[in-house]
Amino acid sequence: MSDVALPHAASLVAHRRKAAGEAAEQLAAWVLAGPAFVLIWVMLLGPTVAVVVLSFTDWTFGMPEIAWAGLDNYREMAADAVFWQTLRNTLTYVAFVVPLSVFLGLGAAILIEAGTSLRGFYRAAFFLPVVSTLLAMALVFQFAFHPTVGAINLALAFVGLPTTDWLKNPNTALFALGVIGVWQAIGLSMVLFVAGLKAIPKDLYEAAAVDGADGAFERFRRVTWPMLGPATLFVVTITAIRSFQVFDTVQVLTDGGPNKATNVLLFQMYQEGFSFLRSAYAAALTVVFLGFVLLVTVIQVKLQERHTHYG
Amino acid sequence: MRTRSSGLGFQLFRHGVLGLGAILMLAPFVIMVSVSLKPSGEIFAPEFALLPKQWHAWQNYSDAFTRQPLARYILNGFIVTGAIFTCQLLTALPCAYALAKLRWRGRETMFLLVLLGLLIPPQVTAIPLYILLWQLGLLNTYAAIILPSTISVFGIFLLRQFFLTVPDDLINAARLDGLGEFAIVWCIMMPTAMPAVVAFGVLSLVWNWNEFFWPLVVIQSEHLATPPLGVVFFASAEAGTNYGPLMAAATAITAPLVIAFLAAQRWFIDGVTMTAVK
Repeated sequence: MSDVALPHAASLVAHRRKAAGEAAEQLAAWVLAGPAFVLIWVMLLGPTVAVVVLSFTDWTFGMPEIAWAGLDNYREMAADAVFWQTLRNTLTYVAFVVPLSVFLGLGAAILIEAGTSLRGFYRAAFFLPVVSTLLAMALVFQFAFHPTVGAINLALAFVGLPTTDWLKNPNTALFALGVIGVWQAIGLSMVLFVAGLKAIPKDLYEAAAVDGADGAFERFRRVTWPMLGPATLFVVTITAIRSFQVFDTVQVLTDGGPNKATNVLLFQMYQEGFSFLRSAYAAALTVVFLGFVLLVTVIQVKLQERHTHYG
Repeated sequence: MRTRSSGLGFQLFRHGVLGLGAILMLAPFVIMVSVSLKPSGEIFAPEFALLPKQWHAWQNYSDAFTRQPLARYILNGFIVTGAIFTCQLLTALPCAYALAKLRWRGRETMFLLVLLGLLIPPQVTAIPLYILLWQLGLLNTYAAIILPSTISVFGIFLLRQFFLTVPDDLINAARLDGLGEFAIVWCIMMPTAMPAVVAFGVLSLVWNWNEFFWPLVVIQSEHLATPPLGVVFFASAEAGTNYGPLMAAATAITAPLVIAFLAAQRWFIDGVTMTAVK
């Protein structure tokens, strides 16, 4: 504080001005943050509370009456074979997309950073799918998956591998959508890993070399991988949350079929809520969806805590 | 690391693997543009050729723009993304400044609300917001697409993190010069935070241009459709047989973002990376 050296009277004025300044600061802060405060409640937190409350009622969209239904929606869900298949499909999709996009993204990041030639080109090529309109690209994939003239079957037939109508075959449709998901997610995990790699201090590699860690694999095992821990955790979390949100490709390419083979949580919620107008049941599905997304975050936080304990 | 692995063998391996990867990542774009140039006879030919024997680009693109109001969809895309980002910036920037630089009761609560908001995926609020917009008679309007996105907790968080690194002296100096808090927010803080504002803008643009779920829920009229929704109208009208014009339409709605990305790559990648600096 510079006003310590000031004469008494001046410091009193300064003090009074400071008190007035503090009140003004309180007011200014509320005025500045006010619109955001209101909008967060109206558009985000309020509706989230509302969706939970709605899931315990029997309301159908447009009906004048609404009654408390307790756990009825959740009971109906538990008794519905379609719900369990939807859940299985969603988890299978996530379990397929997350490891593949994380490992391929990590591999791409390491290889891109391991040299300087064409670095910018590779980074752009891998990242381009992240910014492109998934819906338009889904239609391109529909053409690429075409049973007779699609590039994928042409390529597979060329090297003598079996072909099928990927999006219409119940055994392959979910994985065909998964391929699109991986294609779009690799670039994101790649750039996040590149940021993680750049944050590793170079002298760690020299120290490891002094300790006798020669060869690319030893360096990776002893330095790169442990140092990438936090980045990996973040990439896995963000990819998992995004995979749980799979919707666009299902809606335009398979419509949940064939035979419910690609029915996923959000698609089921969309159908119940906006096609059949069963708002309360759709709200219950939303709560389950939110539960999974929050679970991913809780796991991330727990693992992060453990990591910092070691650090 | 680099000096050790710069052997010729390793370089060959690196370019071999990354080259194959890049081909696979870019293949859908190549197929899309290639098909958009071909007549339907060649599209359904048993072997794939990169370039058409008979150029059909003009017919496909003029079909795409005349059979459906494609230009309108793209215009809607600009209107909606522009309005959303303007609102997000107007609400997020002052809030982020108050969170980072002002001392007030309620600051911790407000920040907690922002963090809570970050945990909620956008689809969770769909049903209550749909009911709200229905009550207000706003379904099937631009407002229905824009209103739920007027707040971005992500933007508040990103800008707050950036403002924390701005020295207090800068703000105190501005106050001594007689600037009010509003002037400080818009004339001092915003120019200082340009990298974060641009990153936020890029992410907001990418997200809202590509967003499909919410417009699908609230929009029925063709003339209000955003680009992804418009392409779906297009695809269902053509019933999945007329790939030439469809791929022309897909190319046209993907082009603005791809061109912006190629022109300002660093901002896009920095923007995404900034989200990781939590």
